[in-house]
This record gives sequence, C-alpha cells and structure tokens, in this order.
Amino acid sequence: MPITPIRRGGPGDPLPSEITPRAWVENRRTWLTQVAAAAAGTGLAAWAERDALAQATRPGKLPALAAQRTHTAGGVVMDKLTAYGDATSYNNFYEFGTDKSDPAQYARTLRPRPWTVSVEGLVNKPQRFDLDALLKLAPMEERIYRLRCVEGWSMVIPWVGWSLAELIKRVEPQGSAKYVEFVSLADRQQMPGVSSGVLDWPYREGLRLDEALHPLTLLTFGMYGEVLPNQNGAPVRLVVPWKYGFKSAKSIVTIRLVDKQPTSSWMAVAPREYGFYSNVNPQVDHPRWSQATERRIGEDGLFARKRPTPMFNGYEAQVASLYAGMDLRKYY
Amino acid sequence: MTRWFNRLCTHPAAYPLMLLLCCAPALWLISRGLLNQLGANPAESLLRGTGLWTLRFLCLTLAVTPLRQWAGLTALARWRRTLGLTCFTYATLHFLAYAWLDMGIDWTATLKDLGKRPFALVGFAAFVLLVPLALTSFNRAIRWLGAARWRRLHQVVYGVAVLALLHFFWLRAGKHRFSEVLVYGAIVGVLMAARLVHRRHQPMGLNRKAA
Repeated sequence: MPITPIRRGGPGDPLPSEITPRAWVENRRTWLTQVAAAAAGTGLAAWAERDALAQATRPGKLPALAAQRTHTAGGVVMDKLTAYGDATSYNNFYEFGTDKSDPAQYARTLRPRPWTVSVEGLVNKPQRFDLDALLKLAPMEERIYRLRCVEGWSMVIPWVGWSLAELIKRVEPQGSAKYVEFVSLADRQQMPGVSSGVLDWPYREGLRLDEALHPLTLLTFGMYGEVLPNQNGAPVRLVVPWKYGFKSAKSIVTIRLVDKQPTSSWMAVAPREYGFYSNVNPQVDHPRWSQATERRIGEDGLFARKRPTPMFNGYEAQVASLYAGMDLRKYY
Repeated sequence: MTRWFNRLCTHPAAYPLMLLLCCAPALWLISRGLLNQLGANPAESLLRGTGLWTLRFLCLTLAVTPLRQWAGLTALARWRRTLGLTCFTYATLHFLAYAWLDMGIDWTATLKDLGKRPFALVGFAAFVLLVPLALTSFNRAIRWLGAARWRRLHQVVYGVAVLALLHFFWLRAGKHRFSEVLVYGAIVGVLMAARLVHRRHQPMGLNRKAA
C-alpha cells in the first residue's frame, strides 16, 4: 500500500499531534506480520499442549524425552507436581557440594555424554552399555512418584525411565546374586565436591535383588518430559520411591550384582543414622529428628502444619510384602 | 587509632546506626521471605538464618570485654548490653521458627520432640539460659542483685556459648561440614582464653573484680 504524502498548509489539515509518526506507518507491515505470527503461535502452542497434557508439561529447558503412560501399579500418584524450578534448585548431590543450592550452581561441569554403564558381577552376560543403547533398551514410561528426603521434606516428580528389572533380566543374574550395588561417577574434574572428604567416594548405594527387581524401581533418564538436568543425576540415575531419597543413586556408572550386602557410602560414614534398607518409615526416627512428618516443597505454606509421612512413602500396598516378618526398627 | 575508635563510638549517630545493623539480618530475612526469595524451603531458610545470627551475635557479645581489655576499645562496653539483647532476640526468633514453622505450635509435640532429640534439647537449653540474662539486663536489676551477684549470674553466658556450639556441631555433623563449626569454635575459644589470660595477669587484689 503506497503511503500518501501529507500536504502542507491548507485548512482542514491534521494537527501535527494527530499525524501518525512516519516510522510507525512504514513499520506497519512488519508489525502486522508480528501480530499475526504471535496469534498463530498461541494457537500452535495450545494445539501442541493437547499432546503434552498426556504427560507433565515440559519446562522447555532441555531436550525432550518422550514417554508413554505407565501401567505399573502405584506408578502414578495423584499429588500435585512440584514446580520444575524447585525440583532443580533444591538438591542433595554432594559431588557438587553439600549445600542444597550447590548442585544447581556447580553441576554444569558434569558431562553426561558420552556415558557408559557397566553391568557386572554375578551375571552370565556382563556388559558395558552405551547411554544410547540404554535409552532404547525398553520403552520409556512416565512415573509420577513421591520423593521423600531423609531430611524431612518431600516433592512429587514425574520421572522418565523404565523398570530396572528390564536391565537386570538381560544380563542374567546368577543364583548366587543376592544384592545389587550402584556406583556413581566420582570425577574430580567434573565434580568439585569430590575433593572434599564428606563421603568416601565414589558414592555407593545398594538394594536387595528383589527390591531392585520390583517394578517400581526405576532406572531413570529424564524428568518433566525432558532428559535429566545435571543436578538431578544426569544422564542416568535410580529412583526407588519407597526409600529415602539418598538410596536413589545419581549419575550411575556401575551396576554390580553381588552375594553380600553392600556397604553404602552413608552406612560407612554414619552407620547409626543410615541403615542399608532406609525405607521411608514414620515410626523409626532419625537419631537427630523425627520422621513422622514432612514438608512438601512449594506446596505446604510457611505456617502450615507439616503433613504426616505415610509408611513406605505411600507405597505400602506395592512393597510391604518385600519386608514381611522383618523388624523394621532393627533393619532401618 | 584506639582514641579515634572510642571517639567514633561515642558519636551521637553511632548508637542508632548500631541498632540498625543489629536489626539488618532480621529485616533481610523478612524482606526475602516477603519477596518469596528464600528458596524452595523457606521455613528451613528462616530456621537456619535466625540460628546462625544468634550464634554470630553471641560471638560479638563475647568479644566486647576482651576487645576492651586488650585493645583498649573501652567505648565498646556501652554496646555489650545491646549486642547481648540482640543475640537474645535472634534466639527467640529461632525458637519461634522452630516451634511455629517446624512443630506447628503443637506444644505437646514440641515437648516430645525436645525430649527425643538431644540436638534440639541443647539448643533449647541455651535459649532458656539466656532468658534470665535478658530479664536482668536493665540498670535497676544490676542494683537489685548487686554487681557481684549480677556478674556471677551473667557468667552463665559461657555455658550458653558451649551449648550453642554443640547445637551447631550436631546440626552440621549429618553432612560432616565442620569447617564453619571450627571457625565459630575457634572464635569462642579465643575469646574465652583471652578472659583467662587477662584474669591471670591481674594483681591479686583486683582478681575478684575483673571477671
């Protein structure tokens, strides 16, 4: 559209204040295009959301990790999800420092690729898996789990992964295998906290074989529909929802099947405070604080009373049978 | 230098400025809380923040006498009471944060919790021991009690320091983060040692008075 030149002087001419600035007139097309694009964008976003609603809304920070809904009993809790910002800024990952804000601040030095996980020990087919092979090993599922930290706070996180049992079955455990040990990366170059003597590195955790084979035990590659952020244990971690959070080892490099109960890093450093099982149990207190209640991060108001912690973190129906007849005060 | 410092302390603006500095950490915590900038777990931040400032003001209070005796900063003496009461105020806020944010003002649960956890009990004991000191902080109380008795009562603060350090040590024991505990332990240690050394260097006759 041509721009009509403005005549000067005559009566009935517009006041200078009524004239649209030249730049605005000339930019009209650009502006209209932008408005149209924005409108279309909103429409597209709404359309894309129909798809995303099936899973957790993606925060859009990291590459997507597609997953299907899970059919595992107890695999999806109905609690409100913790905000992605809280779940990625309030972490215990001592390889990057002991303060809960440290991992978000320092974990960018972690290189989650290339990455291999060695599955070894008492198995017929020991194998070193490349991360890409693991990503394709079984169909990814989204599991919405409660996460209860031994410190008395909790979150609800949509994880992406598959049952660890899939991997263990493939390597064919021998009859003598009774436990599974998990070893995390401990590289001073990538992890500044490893230079401190807080724990005996590398971080080690363990499960009884039947716990490791339980369908709720998740080998995890993502959260909130995306790959794991470094501070949450990229590129592959464990999530055992009925145990305190520290049992779910992060940035795993070795999975070893063994015949004797492994000593975890926390058992080694404070055996009276952290036992091998570490099941969430409101009746067994930590020596320094009560485990009867918890604060749900981002959910419970500052002055709200803390919520009661359920037995096995609410997964009693699924996992209580694993511990039938055991004195859980003795085996804490 | 010393004279210059003592002069500065007696400046009319010094006292209001000092009060403002004492309130600053609390104002900082409150404003961060109102702006929702206390992180994912604001209750924990408030609990930790008030606790840490209690310990810091306890150290500052304990530093007054050695600095007066050793560095000749006599003008500091007028601030000892303010610093001590600030320490007590932060201790009160710390206890309230625990009883309210952590225990939900459930006194039976709080008592049970204190009975169960030496860590909490030691902190509570330190707080309780500060109460009589705060209550007898005004001039008339000193006259009522008599200087000697007042001084003996207020030596309880040394016990409070030990309990506070133990409380802090147990807090950090879980994560084996002892560096800060060592720093505060060293500060309190030096301040205590300075008192002992000073007392030994006093002539016999003055020994009683120079506590």
